[in-house]
Amino acid sequence: MAKKESTLFNMVFSLVVVAILSSSVLGYVYEITKEPIAEALKAKKAKAIREVVAEFDNNPVEDMYKIPTVDATDSLEIYPAIMGGTNVGNAIRTYSPNGYSGNVWLMVGFMPDGTINKISVLEHKETPGLGSKMNDDKFKNQFLGKNPADFNLKVKKDGGQVDALSGATITSRAFGQAVQQAYDSYMKGGKHE
Amino acid sequence: MNNVQTITKGFIKENPVFVLLLGMCPTLGVSSSAINGLGMGLATTFVLLMSNMVISLVKGFIPDKVRIPAYIVIIASFVTVVDLVMAAFAQEVHEQLGIFIPLIVVNCIVLGRAEAFASKNNVVSSALDGLGMGLGFSFALTMLGIIRELLGNLSFFGIKLVEADGILLFILPPGAFIALGFLIAFVNRIKKTA
Repeated sequence: MAKKESTLFNMVFSLVVVAILSSSVLGYVYEITKEPIAEALKAKKAKAIREVVAEFDNNPVEDMYKIPTVDATDSLEIYPAIMGGTNVGNAIRTYSPNGYSGNVWLMVGFMPDGTINKISVLEHKETPGLGSKMNDDKFKNQFLGKNPADFNLKVKKDGGQVDALSGATITSRAFGQAVQQAYDSYMKGGKHE
Repeated sequence: MNNVQTITKGFIKENPVFVLLLGMCPTLGVSSSAINGLGMGLATTFVLLMSNMVISLVKGFIPDKVRIPAYIVIIASFVTVVDLVMAAFAQEVHEQLGIFIPLIVVNCIVLGRAEAFASKNNVVSSALDGLGMGLGFSFALTMLGIIRELLGNLSFFGIKLVEADGILLFILPPGAFIALGFLIAFVNRIKKTA
């Protein structure tokens, strides 16, 4: 087939046709994937909450409320876990901006008295193989069952009680800070009655 | 060139990564584990296959002077489709690959094949070319991923083989260059004897 002449009309016309066709295909795909994407995000959040708090029978994602951070510059999302009408724990979505690259986002589960139940890493951009090891149980388990009231969340190098990951002190520090921020905000007024 | 050659040339003879040295950015960026390499490779394969087919279908209707913008719009649409579908149905891999999925648009392999092959050949051979090139790209990325994961993390497709730390260098970008260099040398050797 002979190529079309590159006249102004032909050029404009063919580009318009290409653009219209592409955008209709995209609109269609967007419509059919919108639901599954929202579902997947919700399921991911629910899974993180289930991982860090005791068993519950409410819907923490729907019961979510926000608490201000200690310095009141931002707010954290808190997901209460309720079993048979009593608060059995709270999952707090917290972060630290002081990671090696970008924010470190954690989901920290507290028991009602402020003891750390479990921690799950939501999102981070730390170095693979170094900072990313904060997701290993070996590192995370040292926080379990500790109450930040008598457990210093700073790394040992800074006078605290946290064993830093080798080669990733900055990440370990950010991890501790994120947990500390969640704890402080929670104890300061985020408690669910 | 017959159809079988069109599809197999992407593996060794004209492998986009090892021989043509195209698409280095995603190659080095996402090949830190075998599964990431494979995911990226398959996403690119889909885009290559679809865009090659569509471009060879519409080549007669697009005036020469605006062909590149038209090709890019077509490629970008398929990449967005892949991006949305992966976000919906393969959340884990999508998160790992992150920014590299939208960047398939500017992967030189895709536009390269559109310009060098699909705009001059019929639909069937363009589809085969896209498939072959895509599979060659996946093959290269997976090989690189397997090697880097094995040396850097002592695991194979996420399964830990030995409970110990690997050579960290291979997970980091410099390790990607070193591993790629050795693979290219190896492929050159095979090409010479073959």
